[in-house]
Amino acid sequence: MHEIIFYLTSAIAVIAAGAILIVRHPVHAAIYLIVSLLALALLFFLLGAPLLAALQVMLYAGAIMVLFLFLIMMMNLRTGQNRPLSLPAGWVPAALLALFLWLELLLLLTRSPSEKVGDVTTIGPKAVGNALFGPYLLVVEAVAVLLLAALVAVLYLSRRRQK
Amino acid sequence: MSFAQWLFALANLGLVLLVLLLIGAFMIYGERRILALLQDRLGPNRAGPFGLLQPVADILKLVSKEFFVPPFADRTVYTIAPIIVPLTALLSFAVVPVSDNWWLADLNIALLYVLALSSLRVYGTMLSGWSSNSKYSLLGCLRTTAQMISYELPMGLALVGVVMLSGSFSLVEIVAAQELPFIVLQPLGFIIFLVCGIAETNRLPFDLPEAENELVAGYNTEYGGIQFAFFYLGEYLGVLLIAALATVLFLGGWHGPWLPGVVWFALKTLALIFLFFWLRTSLPRLRYDQLMDFGWKLMLPAALINLLMTAVLGLFWMEG
Repeated sequence: MHEIIFYLTSAIAVIAAGAILIVRHPVHAAIYLIVSLLALALLFFLLGAPLLAALQVMLYAGAIMVLFLFLIMMMNLRTGQNRPLSLPAGWVPAALLALFLWLELLLLLTRSPSEKVGDVTTIGPKAVGNALFGPYLLVVEAVAVLLLAALVAVLYLSRRRQK
Repeated sequence: MSFAQWLFALANLGLVLLVLLLIGAFMIYGERRILALLQDRLGPNRAGPFGLLQPVADILKLVSKEFFVPPFADRTVYTIAPIIVPLTALLSFAVVPVSDNWWLADLNIALLYVLALSSLRVYGTMLSGWSSNSKYSLLGCLRTTAQMISYELPMGLALVGVVMLSGSFSLVEIVAAQELPFIVLQPLGFIIFLVCGIAETNRLPFDLPEAENELVAGYNTEYGGIQFAFFYLGEYLGVLLIAALATVLFLGGWHGPWLPGVVWFALKTLALIFLFFWLRTSLPRLRYDQLMDFGWKLMLPAALINLLMTAVLGLFWMEG
């Protein structure tokens, strides 16, 4: 049963992500992205990371995408259609690299198929907290400083021009 | 889990769903009667004894109306959007413990789960406003979005105090930790949570998204029939959810002398719901800039101070 849910969710995530490229309207694309993010959150939950799943929904689907949609609505992009993507110059090397990566992935996947996914160990919020404020404390502090810098930058950019 | 267990879980879910929908319908009746009482009127008292069949009449009327999509609307989004609002509220109830051995799920991230769903709720109003393709709806939906984002933040911060005191995100463990209700230890947190809860459910005095006399009902202007009923139901389920959460998080949930736990839970929740109705009759609507100022300049700093105080006091008490 868990496997059925897992594959169903994965399929939804991939299909929704693909649909973003196809749909014509920016708002519809945003909605598909939200669906994809929600499916990813469910996958995190199934893989034993409930805290990550909740944060994925709260931050990505619940906060960032709301701002995305808000901006699309504010700028009223309803009339402008989402034009099909034109390939940027020099796409060949990038595509080749991506192809290599994909082949490597296939190779790895076929090499060790016998290694069955064991019982999922659930990592609770307390363990995540202990890890963040234990061995990774320095990184957390660095991120905090980075966010502060971003905040100051936004304040600077949005200040009123003085005559 | 075997097939029978899955079936049993599904049946449980269905039962809870049915009960919640009934409670939602009767809350609408209750609000109309209580509003009438407080305004020296009678309210709906014709259908059945004391008008108790009024919700049935309302539902029949709304269901029998034509399913109508305005030609200028975005069809798909317009149809999906109203479902999101009651859905997110209904899903949240899965983790609310009603008594000491009665709940659907005991997640170790229950509180975050509820907050995550409440942050998804905004899509219902937002997308309905946008897809209606009408200026009143769009104004209403922009207001809703701004309001919900602004009040989510202090709400979440106010709850961190509770998490600190109980040491868990699980609602069951939070209630179990409340021999002394957290409202005594976290009075500021309780007030912030309740005010933000009122703002999140778009009730008076924070009902700017559906200010009927300037926006012709805001985001749901273009909706009718059963879709309108979804919004209405979602609003009342939201009120029920906030009241139940406040009971669980601050008023000690099922704890109480003499009576069984379920009764205490129901009494506390009903008292809070009555407060919601009471506020609606007593307070005028805020102006939009006042609403934003209140959220960012008063609620957010207050929540931060509450958090800091809890952390400092908790450090001394728990260590010493």
